[in-house]
Amino acid sequence: MSEDRRAQIARQFIESIPHARALGMSFVEIGEGVAEMSMPYDTRLIGDPQTGVVHGGAISTLMDTCSGAAVIAHPANPGSTATLDLRIDYMRAATPGQALVARAECYHITRTVAFVRAVAMDNDRDNPVASATGAFTVDPAGPGS
Amino acid sequence: MRQRPEPMQVVKERRDRALATLVAGVPYIQFLNITFDRRGDELTSVLNFDETIIGNPMLPAIHGGVTAAFLETTAIIQLGWQALWEEIEGGRVDADALQPETLPRLPKTIDFTVDYLRSGLPRDAYARATVNRSGRRYASVHVEAWQDNRSRLFAQATGHFLMPSDSGSAE
Repeated sequence: MSEDRRAQIARQFIESIPHARALGMSFVEIGEGVAEMSMPYDTRLIGDPQTGVVHGGAISTLMDTCSGAAVIAHPANPGSTATLDLRIDYMRAATPGQALVARAECYHITRTVAFVRAVAMDNDRDNPVASATGAFTVDPAGPGS
Repeated sequence: MRQRPEPMQVVKERRDRALATLVAGVPYIQFLNITFDRRGDELTSVLNFDETIIGNPMLPAIHGGVTAAFLETTAIIQLGWQALWEEIEGGRVDADALQPETLPRLPKTIDFTVDYLRSGLPRDAYARATVNRSGRRYASVHVEAWQDNRSRLFAQATGHFLMPSDSGSAE
């Protein structure tokens, strides 16, 4: 995948997804079937007001978005994708005040289904906050793409 | 002589206030604009549509992450509300004195599996949670979400939750 193609995927992805913009997501890295995305700490995303810990739903959203990006960045290059199933394990509370980074890998793809693994981390990258596995649809490139 | 029951409106307002206090404490619920309809102890959560929850502008469709968050929030509030309801109706907690700081802690999600059945249309969505098992430490909850037809689900989920311990921290 060329540098241009990577940059194009990254730009289009963020620009076209209103909810990714609403959460301030940005790409850290994009490669063949791999994506890494960051989401800044935001008090609007707090799930536990007594500790300031971000709600699991916001972490799910980051991992789902990043997983979708990994599918689109796969060399098999589907036109678009949608989540079929996503399982999230929450290992620990995210540290308040720290950005969250998700890293997703599309480890297998067929003509119809893409399989993805993802982790979410705060500054302590050796100790993930959450992990996810998902199955995504593989939609052929449409006339618009 | 048996004591006369309280006027309906008094009971209703007390319960609605307790639910509002429980929900208002969570900024993320306000951020997604999720509201709750209550009939007795039964809750239906509403994901009020807004352009900012779109994940696929071509269809357009609600972001899968927002759907997951909506279902997870529905499960957590259902568990929290069920516990609070028992405390209030049992007379152990005074609903009128409830403050965000003194509210019982909400359960923590251990794992959550979302099954996406059809794309979320750009309109309001509804969800209801069923607590299949609620023990002292763990709970298992199933959630169903729909839009136009109750029988045509657009997503469902099952999750496990760690119940808050009386002593405070769960760890």
